[in-house]
Amino acid sequence: MGMTMTQKVLAAHCGAEKVEAGELILVNLDLVLGNDITSPVAIAEYNKLGIDKVFDNKKVTMVMDHFAPNKDIKAAEQCKMCRNFCGAQNIEHFYDVGQMGIEHALLPEKGLVVSGDVVIGADSHTCTYGALGAFSTGVGSTDMASGMATGKAWFKVPSAIKFTLKGKLNEYVSGKDVILHIIGMIGVDGALYRSMEFTGEGLKNLSMEDRLCMANMAIEAGAKNGIFEVDEKTLEYVAEHSTRTPVVFKADEDAVYDEEYVIDLSEIESTVSYPHLPENTHLAKDSGDIKIDQVIIGSCTNGRLEDMIAAAKILKGKKVADGVRCIVIPATQKVYLDAMEMGLLKIFIEAGAAVSTPTCGPCLGGHMGILAAGERAVATTNRNFVGRMGHVDSEIYLASPEVAAASAIMGRITDPKEVM
Amino acid sequence: MKFTGNAIKYGDNVDTDVIIPARYLNTIDKKELASHCMEDLDKTFVTRVKTGDIMVAGNNFGCGSSREHAPIAIKESGISLVIANSFARIFYRNSINIGLAILECPEAVAGIGEGDKVEADLDNGVIYNRTTGAEFKTKPFPEFIQKIITAGGLVESIKKGIIK
Repeated sequence: MGMTMTQKVLAAHCGAEKVEAGELILVNLDLVLGNDITSPVAIAEYNKLGIDKVFDNKKVTMVMDHFAPNKDIKAAEQCKMCRNFCGAQNIEHFYDVGQMGIEHALLPEKGLVVSGDVVIGADSHTCTYGALGAFSTGVGSTDMASGMATGKAWFKVPSAIKFTLKGKLNEYVSGKDVILHIIGMIGVDGALYRSMEFTGEGLKNLSMEDRLCMANMAIEAGAKNGIFEVDEKTLEYVAEHSTRTPVVFKADEDAVYDEEYVIDLSEIESTVSYPHLPENTHLAKDSGDIKIDQVIIGSCTNGRLEDMIAAAKILKGKKVADGVRCIVIPATQKVYLDAMEMGLLKIFIEAGAAVSTPTCGPCLGGHMGILAAGERAVATTNRNFVGRMGHVDSEIYLASPEVAAASAIMGRITDPKEVM
Repeated sequence: MKFTGNAIKYGDNVDTDVIIPARYLNTIDKKELASHCMEDLDKTFVTRVKTGDIMVAGNNFGCGSSREHAPIAIKESGISLVIANSFARIFYRNSINIGLAILECPEAVAGIGEGDKVEADLDNGVIYNRTTGAEFKTKPFPEFIQKIITAGGLVESIKKGIIK
């Protein structure tokens, strides 16, 4: 019986020839990540250990992105605690306001993750780096503390669900629509404890941004990780961003999967997750007259340059509807700068949108776009749980940048084809 | 490990955003976190929870964000044990790592109602509903996990050399 892609990465990191689903293993970590919310708890736990130095000051990274730029005094104290810790530990990759971006957009861009890595992050969307062919997964603060101290983490080896992709996406349809479609199909616990492995000839038609977006939301199906087979596009991306050498792991021909799905990309249409679960999917075109108050374009799911380009293409020369607040948040400083140089920010501002410095802010109801009771938002973020973006009586509709931009123009949820 | 308390029952997909809303994540003070526990799902929770009470829930409990503040808030509020049909994986490992006892047992979830008096004997793998007289068998934790819990959580197991 062969191994899945995930199992091969894990085996290589625990010194085993072979690992099997269900086995408990202790693996070596290539990177340990935390943010301004989870790191303070981790630092407090780390300090109880009595270990002077982290296992490797180049393999621990902290990104001040959630409540930064500091939204209040308490948030400022939390960032200060991280800053002080990273200073004392001489952490090489500490990203503060001015350098920081949303962690899961930033780390691949900075080349901190390459194919074949094992990464843990005290943030559930750490699964994003599976797009690069790495095993990466979200953990809590105590795991982060333990990872910083020992460079190791324990895992139960997961079984996997295989998604074979074929065909090509239609215009105005992107990775977000694919992953929302899949979550709608298998449910928010459809991949619980398991890997979601993506392969097939359709892969070549997905950009790295599409893949990062899809791997990002594996957690919304309950998965331990999402992982994409490495191809030329992956290797080009890694070579462009990192000086490290990628290691390519391919699933064995006789790998065993719990379930297998074939997804025809050409059949996917613009998809929206209605409140209050990502699995509650509907086609954008069937949305009728759902009026909206706010649109958020950004986040670790859809704040990359390609997302900015997609949104700008739709907003160009048009106006955000009266009564709608449209907030665009490039995910990193580089995305911000590139969007500026390409004239995208001008398009957003002329359309009547607000453009913000990178932050996770509104996605988790932190700051920069909180909803009042009864308000409704279309967001390119990843969760539409009760109260996630503000008041418990507000509503979030998850969608692609294309749908979000088109909806901003119409003032109601719509398929981008309606405005183009 | 034995636990006795009254059941406080919830449904499926209780996410970490309702367990502890992000607007309160600007602190790591355990008492403060506990004072907002379950706020966006059940405002009455903090006023009615008693030390030792047992939380009972459906599928995929603790889904969403990796915030350890969620199991911390539940533990600090006085809940001694969470029984659910299934747990989201990050919540599951966070609970073990901080020493909050959690257990998957769909039979017990089906057979325990709001307010029932529950007794759980994890050493012998039995849960009793003292209100109805029903009994439910459970599976023990894997040995590796038991070692972490017995040591008092992940940090303690590193200090004691169980994880090197």
